Amino acid sequence: MSAIIEVKDLTVAFHTRNGVVRAVDGVSFRVEAGQTVGIVGESGSGKSVTCYSLLGLISQPPGRIEGGSAIFGNQDLLKLSEKDLQKVRGSRISMIFQDPMTSLNPFLKVGTQLVEPLRLHQGLDKAAAWKKGIEALAEVGIPDPATRMDQYPHEFSGGMRQRVMIAMALITRPQLLIADEPTTALDVTIQQQVLDLIKDLQKRLGIAVVFITHDLAVVHEICDVVNVMYAGRLVESASAADLFAHPRHAYTRALMRSIPALQKKGEPLYTIPGLPPDLSQLPDGCAFRARQIPDRQALCLTTKKPPLLEIASGHWVQACPGCVEGGLPL
Amino acid sequence: MLRFIFSRLLQSLLVLVVVFTATFFLIRLKPGDPFKGEKAMPASVLAQMNKRYALDQPLWKQYFIHAGAFARGDLLPSMRYEGVQNSKIIKDSFPVSLLIGLSALTIALGVGLPAGIIAAVRKNTWLDYSAMSLAMLGICLPTFVMGPILQWIFALKLGWLNVAGWFERTDWILPAATMGFIYAAYIARLTRGGMLEILNQDYIRTARAKGVPGKQIVIKHALRGGLLPVVAFLGPAFAGITTGSFIIEKIFQLPGLGQHFVGSVFNSDYTLVQATTVFYAALLVLINLGSDILQAWLNPRIRLT
Amino acid sequence: MTAAASAIPASLPRGRSLGQDAWARLRKNKLAMVCGVVLIAIFLMCYLGPLFCTYRLDAQDLELKATPPSAAHWFGTDEAGRDQLVRVLSGGRVSLNVGLLATAVSLIIGVAYGATAGYLGGRTDSVMMRFVDVLYSLPFMVFVILLTVAFGRSMWLLYLAIGAVEWLTMARIVRAGVQAQARMEFVEAARSLGLSNSRIIFRHIVPNVLGPVIVYTTLTVPAVMLLEAALSFLGLGVQPPNSSWGSLIDQGAKSMETYPWLLVIPAAFFSVTLFCLNFVGDGLRDAIDVRSGKD
Repeated sequence: MSAIIEVKDLTVAFHTRNGVVRAVDGVSFRVEAGQTVGIVGESGSGKSVTCYSLLGLISQPPGRIEGGSAIFGNQDLLKLSEKDLQKVRGSRISMIFQDPMTSLNPFLKVGTQLVEPLRLHQGLDKAAAWKKGIEALAEVGIPDPATRMDQYPHEFSGGMRQRVMIAMALITRPQLLIADEPTTALDVTIQQQVLDLIKDLQKRLGIAVVFITHDLAVVHEICDVVNVMYAGRLVESASAADLFAHPRHAYTRALMRSIPALQKKGEPLYTIPGLPPDLSQLPDGCAFRARQIPDRQALCLTTKKPPLLEIASGHWVQACPGCVEGGLPL
Repeated sequence: MLRFIFSRLLQSLLVLVVVFTATFFLIRLKPGDPFKGEKAMPASVLAQMNKRYALDQPLWKQYFIHAGAFARGDLLPSMRYEGVQNSKIIKDSFPVSLLIGLSALTIALGVGLPAGIIAAVRKNTWLDYSAMSLAMLGICLPTFVMGPILQWIFALKLGWLNVAGWFERTDWILPAATMGFIYAAYIARLTRGGMLEILNQDYIRTARAKGVPGKQIVIKHALRGGLLPVVAFLGPAFAGITTGSFIIEKIFQLPGLGQHFVGSVFNSDYTLVQATTVFYAALLVLINLGSDILQAWLNPRIRLT
Repeated sequence: MTAAASAIPASLPRGRSLGQDAWARLRKNKLAMVCGVVLIAIFLMCYLGPLFCTYRLDAQDLELKATPPSAAHWFGTDEAGRDQLVRVLSGGRVSLNVGLLATAVSLIIGVAYGATAGYLGGRTDSVMMRFVDVLYSLPFMVFVILLTVAFGRSMWLLYLAIGAVEWLTMARIVRAGVQAQARMEFVEAARSLGLSNSRIIFRHIVPNVLGPVIVYTTLTVPAVMLLEAALSFLGLGVQPPNSSWGSLIDQGAKSMETYPWLLVIPAAFFSVTLFCLNFVGDGLRDAIDVRSGKD
């Protein structure tokens, strides 16, 4: 299958007063048509920055894209001018965000915001756009859409707002949807509804989805391919089935151990010891070393960044001898 | 909405009663007598005058007589300018103050809003720094320093305008510019702060993710929220401009209401003090009501009840 | 121990108090620091300067009349031949006194009122704040003028009158802070431990409301000084033979064409002081308020 987007060696740094923070360090991944690709990691692992920088949504300065490419269609997104990027955003690539309570403009009618991409990118007149807006609201399961168009965001519940965000993102029928933790801020019951809606629309419209989350359970449910990020780097990448069956990197395994549902009842919850490292003072070698159990720590690379290695077909892992379970081939 | 306006008007009535009462007693606490001017009056005339203004009555009776007249809309004649109705003094002098005030506010908004918006959009660039330094200068230069400086430059050195007075059609420019510049400074700072707050919001990121061009983000998505603090400031600003007119009218020798107010306080012209104070209070009440309605219109989350 | 410590990134804050934190941030703000130093210099000059001046405040030299700045009279002399240096410095003392004392008055009223309303809450609170709303809609400059004429021309009453109209915003700020804090979990926790009300207020709530109060106090001082100067300019403030920067500017403006130094010098002192007070206030706000400090 052909790739919708292919990201290679993306590197993003933030130049702050306290030094250079390398938020994304040489990340590569691809998304194929109709696929759902997960990017998983703790907060601060660089998963959101990765996606924001694809669309030029990080503030520059302090942010700076220092290298890499992101081929989308026949263009490199990272080399597009702001003007050309505007034509891609909301038209061929759309995004939805974590907090639906703050992601909609409280001063504008929901309808006005909803049809804005249509008016901008397809040049529809007001009446035609509005009509399509009503259809879009109905499509995401909002009852009485014609009335709802005229209301303001504060008249919607959190789940309903996230539905509006989804309708708004998909109203131009983009090829790619980037979903940045779209369920994290929602109630558990609403989470499932929103996930089902995204799955359902994706199947019907045949779009590709990049799903950013820290929740492995969600990944398990929705993703075809999973990329695990730690400290701005990719530590493991594999098909979802493969990853959950044979997690190889110590960090991936630790993440899985900390899913409550997969733990035995009555045992204390497992948590990964320590904190993610300070990205402005990353060690030269393996970034996970400080959180490894002591007897594996000694095996971790300390002098150079561990390279990504394909250890099985389509299963890549960061080749740090201390972190890869079952040892490295060679 | 109607209920809101109604209850606010009711509250305003209370404000006016408080203002009238406070003024009535405060001005009478001042040492001095309304009819003790430069030339002494014959005792018989004085007695007659005291009778006309009910000054020979006990204080509480005076209060009800004056309050009754005000309640009927009769602002009484002035004590100093014999035979002239206070309402006529206000009608003649207020348009001068209003013209200066409105042109000052126009200048303030016309300069302050764009400066604040540009400073926010181009945050931490030389544009931002120079606009904000200028704004700080405006805040620190009081009208009575700013006014003489402008007089010195534009009237004395360049000779383009009159130093003071109210004779020519261009005489509004210097006083309006003096006040306008100072309020422009406040408005620019408020606008910048409000816009920065909004531009950091998540929904601005949403708009960018939709491909909305930068200019439209500012105009369509940010301005409404960003201007809320400015609108909230308009009420106090107008109050400041009407009350600041005391000083501006003194600097530029304008025949405005402020001059009359200050003069009436000095002269113990009781009825004129009462009339001007109540007039100012009524004006303020209306401005604040207007500013509240404007804020509610801008912000759909505010429900007026 | 060492293993655990090495796992914690070195950049984590090491138990610094909020005050130290704010001070560190303020020190990085060069403009605010420079303004602070200038302010201290102006204070010293105004309070101690007149002691070292060769000329007396009211010593007139009618033959001299108005002369421009010279070696004998650094700031020149006015029409009555009075030394302008000592007049500007002691005028500054009056202006600063008004600024500090009237601010203190507004601080006391505002904090007491706002804290009471915020802590009691409920109906008392809504009635008290409604009253503040009503006062807000009064033409307050008019009332300052009426108050100053009604209670005679004593300087102390001037402080009181200005303080009495400037406390409204302070009350609102304190009330909002107290109300937010009173609902916080740590106050609930303190209450459940059986701490007394006064202890809760002084140990837990006051320190948390202190930040905005300090900032607003700093910004009230220039506002009050501006008000005093305006009153003096109208002839309603400080009365002769005393002078404040406002009354000096008033006199200077009358003769600016012939004796510009009589306007320029007091106006410059006054504006620089306001400028510095405002920048220090802004700097404090950025240093104390973490949210806006991010910009």
